[in-house]
Amino acid sequence: MTTAVPTYHALKVDAQKCIGCTHCMTSCPTEAIRIRNGLAVIEQKRCVDCGRCMRKCPAKAIFVEQDDLDKIKSFKYRVVLFPSVMIGQFPENYSEDQIYAALLKIGFTHVYEVEQPIGFLKESIRESCKKDKDHRPHISTFCPSIVRLIRIRYPSLAENLIHCKAPHDLGAHFALEQLMAQGANRDEIGLFYVTPCIAKMSAVKSPLGEKESIVNGIINMNELYNKVRKNISTKEAPDTSDQRATLTRDGILWSLTRGEARHFGERSMAIDGIHNVVKFLERLENEEVPDIDFLELRACDQSCAGGNLLSGNRFLTSERLERRAKRYQPAIKFKNHPIQEMAATLKPKLALDAIKPNPVFILDQDREKALEKMSKMQRIICFLPGIDCGACGAPNCQALAEDMVNQKAKMSDCVFLQQTWQEENKISTSKALKNMEKKWGKDRFKADCNKRGRRNEGF
Amino acid sequence: MELNFSIEGGDFTQAGQASSRVKAVLKQLGVNTKCIKSIVIALYEAEVNVVAHAYKGWINIQIDKDKIRIVITDEGPGIPDIGKAMEEGFSTASKKVREMGFGAGMGLPNMKKNTDELNIETVVGESTTVTMVNYF
Ligand code: SF4
Ligand code: SF4
Repeated sequence: MTTAVPTYHALKVDAQKCIGCTHCMTSCPTEAIRIRNGLAVIEQKRCVDCGRCMRKCPAKAIFVEQDDLDKIKSFKYRVVLFPSVMIGQFPENYSEDQIYAALLKIGFTHVYEVEQPIGFLKESIRESCKKDKDHRPHISTFCPSIVRLIRIRYPSLAENLIHCKAPHDLGAHFALEQLMAQGANRDEIGLFYVTPCIAKMSAVKSPLGEKESIVNGIINMNELYNKVRKNISTKEAPDTSDQRATLTRDGILWSLTRGEARHFGERSMAIDGIHNVVKFLERLENEEVPDIDFLELRACDQSCAGGNLLSGNRFLTSERLERRAKRYQPAIKFKNHPIQEMAATLKPKLALDAIKPNPVFILDQDREKALEKMSKMQRIICFLPGIDCGACGAPNCQALAEDMVNQKAKMSDCVFLQQTWQEENKISTSKALKNMEKKWGKDRFKADCNKRGRRNEGF
Repeated sequence: MELNFSIEGGDFTQAGQASSRVKAVLKQLGVNTKCIKSIVIALYEAEVNVVAHAYKGWINIQIDKDKIRIVITDEGPGIPDIGKAMEEGFSTASKKVREMGFGAGMGLPNMKKNTDELNIETVVGESTTVTMVNYF
């Protein structure tokens, strides 16, 4: 079982590939990235695992650490759990049965889509909202990247987070209960979650609001997609519809934009794209937002259809899923279904502990020192050009000033200041160049058509 | 430390600039989130008041380790009856302003509710100075 390591982050920078081009740095919503010695460095405490940097990197230098697929072999029962968006990635000439058959061929013994039986999660969320009337709007904890963002940047909204787990927990417990009812032992069952994003990967490795995740291993959706494509056959496949017996329209749509919002409250809103979310949360924090019951916030554009470990086009994936959903019954049709007997067992398992804020942007724990740093920052800002060019290795002048008061940067890191100092003979030209090389790596400024960061590398 | 802002009357897109900046600063100072919320709400109301009623305004903010002092001065009509303006729902906002969703008469009462000290000085036909103090 995966134990909780605080602040696990799946993203790493490959020093061999990184060209120190600042694309990642300027795209990060939490200003977590700096360039040091010509390489991108991610400040772990600030990273919310949104994956923007990975997407933006032209050199494909930012990569995910992942579990070895071979790990599944050590279990007698090997369960693959995947979100419905995975099916949306396949061209439509592949049937669900064919995809399921390929997964079994790869070596899994049981195939489960996580959004079943979604009715239980829906009810749990509804009950959790009803219990806590004081903190509105209720904010969904579906997207782990958003949960992390709120913890570090909007601590006052942490209380609004709903105390409910995500579909992968639902799917995992559901599979577990079913297998154990059939006589399997817990330690014979391996649960493997196929993740559409880095955020869910981190959420499984170091979950928030629970001690440890129920899942045994995590699989990159891209990797599995490739494996399935290799193993899939266009021949007719055996009927596996019983494995999707409790999958519903609501479940299939759950991870798309408005997939949750449509179910909760008179006034609900859905916002996708982390930069959009940031803008909205700023307003919400200032109470500049009208009375809203429920907020669905997702880090990716088009929600999980735009997950960073998916290869398909996000709009096409959404469209396919919407079409697929029409073939399934709405969850409400399961009201008198025998599955309801499991409600008493499954629903309590979906409860989440309160998620504590973790404000990492504080300048200093000591208020007086923080105030001093803040005043110093204000003074420094006056000297910086306000061009936000990134040539200092920080995403903007404000961030550089902050690094300076935290002793992580120097005035001479600003290339414009250096230039003026040279003009005023305060610093020699060779010293200035040395300073630049320290930031950007040796020989970075020599003419060489094959050096790192040459034009359009990786595009 | 000190922060200064100026506001133009009638430009509703500007309201919220000072409060957003103050929020960012207080967050970095590690001020209690509930306290920040109150300050931001009160300041935002004050900003909207200036935009909605006055021609021009200035905000001066002084932040110490245990308190924040905000002084908002405007050139405007002044407040003829402060007692009445403090009643919830009382508003002198023009129809245009109300149609924009502002001026519901919650400005001053809301500021009072969210500050530890609130002082208003006004000269009818000339100016208003609002001083708000919050302790962290
Ligand atoms: S994953 Fe997101 S938050 Fe983390 S470093 Fe990359 S862009 Fe920044
Ligand atoms: S929107 Fe979905 S895919 Fe994207 S980070 Fe959030 S949970 Fe992951």
